[in-house]
Amino acid sequence: MNELVAAVPWLGKRNPMAARWLLIILAIAAPFIAMQFGRSWVRILDFALLYMMLALGLNLVVGFAGLLDLGYIAFYAVGAYTFAFLASPHFGIHLPFWMVLPLGAAFAAVAGIMLGFPVLRLRGDYLAIVTLGFGEIIRIFMLNLNYPVNITNGPQGINMIDPIVLFGWDLSRNLQVTEEISIHSLYLYYYLFLACVIGSIIFIQRLQISRVGRAWAAMRDDELAAKAIGINTRNMKLLAFSLGATFGGVAGCLFGAFQGFVSPESFSLMESIAVLTMVVFGGMGNIAGAIVGAFVLALLPEILRDVAIPLQQTLFGKVILDPEVLRMLLLSLAMILMMLLRPAGLIPARARYAHPENLHRGGAAK
Amino acid sequence: MISLLEARNIGKRFGGLQALTDVSLTINKGEVYGLIGPNGAGKTTFFNVLTGAYVPDGGEFVFNGSELPSGKPHKIVGRGIARTFQNIRLFKELTALENVMAGHHIRTKAGIWGILTQNRFTREEERLTTERAYEMLRYVGIERFAETVSKNLSYGDQRRLEIARALATEPQLLALDEPAAGMNATETGQLKTLIEQIRHDGVTVMLIEHDVKLVMGLCDRVAVLDFGRKIAEDVPAEVQRNEAVINAYLGGGKHAH
Repeated sequence: MNELVAAVPWLGKRNPMAARWLLIILAIAAPFIAMQFGRSWVRILDFALLYMMLALGLNLVVGFAGLLDLGYIAFYAVGAYTFAFLASPHFGIHLPFWMVLPLGAAFAAVAGIMLGFPVLRLRGDYLAIVTLGFGEIIRIFMLNLNYPVNITNGPQGINMIDPIVLFGWDLSRNLQVTEEISIHSLYLYYYLFLACVIGSIIFIQRLQISRVGRAWAAMRDDELAAKAIGINTRNMKLLAFSLGATFGGVAGCLFGAFQGFVSPESFSLMESIAVLTMVVFGGMGNIAGAIVGAFVLALLPEILRDVAIPLQQTLFGKVILDPEVLRMLLLSLAMILMMLLRPAGLIPARARYAHPENLHRGGAAK
Repeated sequence: MISLLEARNIGKRFGGLQALTDVSLTINKGEVYGLIGPNGAGKTTFFNVLTGAYVPDGGEFVFNGSELPSGKPHKIVGRGIARTFQNIRLFKELTALENVMAGHHIRTKAGIWGILTQNRFTREEERLTTERAYEMLRYVGIERFAETVSKNLSYGDQRRLEIARALATEPQLLALDEPAAGMNATETGQLKTLIEQIRHDGVTVMLIEHDVKLVMGLCDRVAVLDFGRKIAEDVPAEVQRNEAVINAYLGGGKHAH
């Protein structure tokens, strides 16, 4: 949280308290602001929050432990399909959300370990290629496991997935507060996702400033030296893969329930790269970077879509460049400019792995 | 004299190169033991085999009366052997304090659940780790740089930090690979004081070093390696007079293969 506060431009360093409140108010008010531009923008915000969770999880693997993972979206897929299998008419199973969520997380963690074992000895480019292959394997499984036994329903995907129901409260229905006032379902999802993102931030921050976080950072900086001070690098790598995957799995569950529909095309290689881009764009290895990167890069294409078409129509009288094409072009441009101007990311803060000031405070009390 | 580490007929081969041949030596508790020899004699290879970075082709190490597992660095560190590197290998993005705290990893136990819930045990352990890390930094004399990112430290301080990190694993045997390399006379003098302090505090030290003055002034006993064989082992004054040692350093050709 402090990293995020410090990242607020201008205000962050001068008045951290004000910056903190500004962030909290913005986070709460965001869907109402977005609503001014239309309901679809609230939906986009909801997706931005899911991307934040993914970026946070991937940042744990890539930024903290230094394991380049190009197939991260596979864990998102595992989570989403777990929810689709266990809470939809597809198999006729309708388990409640609070049961499916831990299961999705657990399956994703197992998938993370399955990926981790064969790549223990790989690093850098080799690791990237194998993880990329892993991501594709999962996607192709989803695509083709409809024959001879129909498990995933193939390219059609699974639909009519149950909405999230918390303690008998259906999030997909508008909440009727009084006769006139009702809260739209998109808001409800927004606040649920926001809570999940905040939970993730707290978990990851605790991990970062712990013996595990330091072991990851040590392994990332110098694996041989990490071994020489007694870090069991095998276990630490598996832990990083499985914990990183857990966040992907949880985000996947939420995605499946929110969307009501999953299909293999949501989990393509481009998505993996998009999430990695968010992490790199924001600033690898720090939580604030992952959040800001995910927020900016999830919103940017949508804004572009909104602006590009009318702009081209007024300028040229017709749409010359499809927004989809423009999106890739501008994203690549953004990345190139980034590498040139701010190679450490938008928020190049150094991540901390210790809390020495707590000790001083404790020492003063003695 | 109680022996702490006993190497029995250690052999290591890299393809056609026999890096170590039947090296046997015994290090006693509380001594500073030097390992010297010309470049390429196999000193660092011996360290790598000892600390589990390489698996030996033959022989075994007996530490504190029982055999060391080969090729399992974290278990060997757990048994009480720590090392530093010839070319400094710090975690360069971490601060000095975080480096030393990482070194304490093997002596801490907090699990994922404890870390996520921040229970009392985890908090207490984290506090102790921080405290001990400061102690170690003070011990080697770089406490004022605790919050400095380690890659920005001066060369001599990086060497000290590496020793502090190794000490944080609470070793009984500290293996230093050329700790004085690249240091000036003042820094070497300070290093000598530090190593003497470490020995005084009950840690046995094994030392690879080229600085003859340091080795002669510091070590209780010295072993000399040449072409992967031990050619001498004695008190420093005797080793200096040893015919085979002089030949090895000055190129007498006796051991040329």
